[in-house]
Amino acid sequence: MIINLQKFITEERPFWNELETVLEKLEKRPELRLSLSQLERFHYLYQQTSGDLAKIQTFSAEPNTRVYLESLVARAFGEIHGSPEKPHRLAPLHWFFTIFPQTFRKHIRAFWICLAAMLVGGAFGGFVIVVDPDVKEVLLPFSHLHGDPSERVVKEEAANEDRLAGGKTSFSSYLMTHNTKVSIFTFSLGMTWGIGTLVMLFYNGVILGAVALDYVLAGETAFLLGWLLPHGVIEIPAIVLAGQAGLVLAGALIGWGRSISLKERLRNISGDLVTLIMGVAVMLIWAGIVEAFFSQYHEPVIPYEVKIGFGVLEFILLILFLAKSGRRGGGKLHRRHPEMNTDDDG
Amino acid sequence: MDKINALTISTPEGIEFSRKLAGPVTRFLAWSVDLLAIMAINKLLNVLLGVLGLISRDIAMAATVLGYFIVSIGYGIVTEWHWRGQTLGKRLLRLRVTDVRGLQLRFSQIVIRNLLRFVDSLPVFYLVGGLACLINRRAQRLGDFVANTIVVWSPPVDEPDLDQLLEGKYNSFRKYPHLEARLRHQVSPAEAQIALQALVRRDEFGPQDRIQLFQSIVNYFKSIITFPQEATDSISDEQYIRNLVDALYRPKSTGSMS
Repeated sequence: MIINLQKFITEERPFWNELETVLEKLEKRPELRLSLSQLERFHYLYQQTSGDLAKIQTFSAEPNTRVYLESLVARAFGEIHGSPEKPHRLAPLHWFFTIFPQTFRKHIRAFWICLAAMLVGGAFGGFVIVVDPDVKEVLLPFSHLHGDPSERVVKEEAANEDRLAGGKTSFSSYLMTHNTKVSIFTFSLGMTWGIGTLVMLFYNGVILGAVALDYVLAGETAFLLGWLLPHGVIEIPAIVLAGQAGLVLAGALIGWGRSISLKERLRNISGDLVTLIMGVAVMLIWAGIVEAFFSQYHEPVIPYEVKIGFGVLEFILLILFLAKSGRRGGGKLHRRHPEMNTDDDG
Repeated sequence: MDKINALTISTPEGIEFSRKLAGPVTRFLAWSVDLLAIMAINKLLNVLLGVLGLISRDIAMAATVLGYFIVSIGYGIVTEWHWRGQTLGKRLLRLRVTDVRGLQLRFSQIVIRNLLRFVDSLPVFYLVGGLACLINRRAQRLGDFVANTIVVWSPPVDEPDLDQLLEGKYNSFRKYPHLEARLRHQVSPAEAQIALQALVRRDEFGPQDRIQLFQSIVNYFKSIITFPQEATDSISDEQYIRNLVDALYRPKSTGSMS
């Protein structure tokens, strides 16, 4: 049966218009809170419009009104049955000092697995350099690492002029963006059920292990530590944390026999993934600044003890930050971020 | 899994509404527009940051590198958050990112789908994302899959102007209100839509096809309800359908639809 469209539309349009006005208001100002009476009216309008859509679907094939009502009902449905996320004040300090370390600890198992992958890679890289030193030209992607470490140290220490003069800021920004891209990529490879993420971490470990052993065997340990520690103690853990985010994603994809649906699992971790990646970005900004302005200067400009001491101090602070920050007395957690779930998939 | 071109969402109230899913080609076009927008913003940024170069070339270069990076990654995140699921390209092509369950988009969903572009864009021209889009039954690229989002397309609906479509023609069926009422009772919405669409799109057919099409439709409706011979004798099949649509969609035959 076809209903009398003209009469139907004339009678119902005021409800639709009113609902559309409320929706536009809510969509323009997400922080807007409706009073109880406004909420009741909004819900009534939604039900009325839903009913109208049902009538149109059942009794008429007129496409315009149906499409219009579908879009109206879809928007109202999103507002009424929306996610539990509430508009909240932007609190970057609270996020960084509480939410970020809490999220890191929540998925600590994924972190240990990533760290293990990198350490195994490091051991492999070191082993290869010991067995066949010539392989470093193939193994190491940077040409300045292909030569003899001692020759490089002599050259760097003898340099009279600042080779980064007038270019430190741009070098720093290059490092930040490059490392952030590598981190996002490492995280994204979580889509390969974590295999790509672990391969990336292993590969980075191989390079690191090969470089480290090369310098240690050449008797340049002090130079190596002074060169790598100031920025490396933040940069390397940041890449591992990106891998941790990748494995959290992989864990949700695999499911490990959990009874909740894939969609729900992915929904549960979305806030944590964003927190981890944003935390990694902050760490890499710091590492980029240190690498450009501090790490590239060697003795006699800056004594190695100072550089190593600085690196060790940073590392201790990082460990304390990740392990302790955001804990309340007795180890209780702060109130969780609205997007964060309580599911521990470590 | 079967590929679907629309996602139907059922509300707890028992109402169903559907969203048309955007295909990879439309999405690629939208992305091309966005790419142009990103390039334009970066160009503008370069000009503005060129002023910084008067103070320090190093700082200007750093700001350019950071600016390019932030715009490339932030463009999708900021526009989709600000325009509730739309970028410039998506607005132009009437696309919108929405939650797969029809709920509000969350900020984390927008960030994740935009970060995973790094994988979707591999190796070139979004090949991975495009293939994922073709394989996935909801046309999701990897970023959409992880973020639980879909991209819907809202095509413009051609509003049939019934007044113009049916104007000035005498409707011989009007003399038989009881038959008209029975017609409205027995014809389903889908059947009525066939008649209406045949009229709306009549100029798209060749002369012979047009005659055959209207003849088939008339025969079908005659099997549902038969009007007296005097009402149908002197009219063409096309006029028959015109009368039918008039009777179905405008029971009182006055005014416009909305």
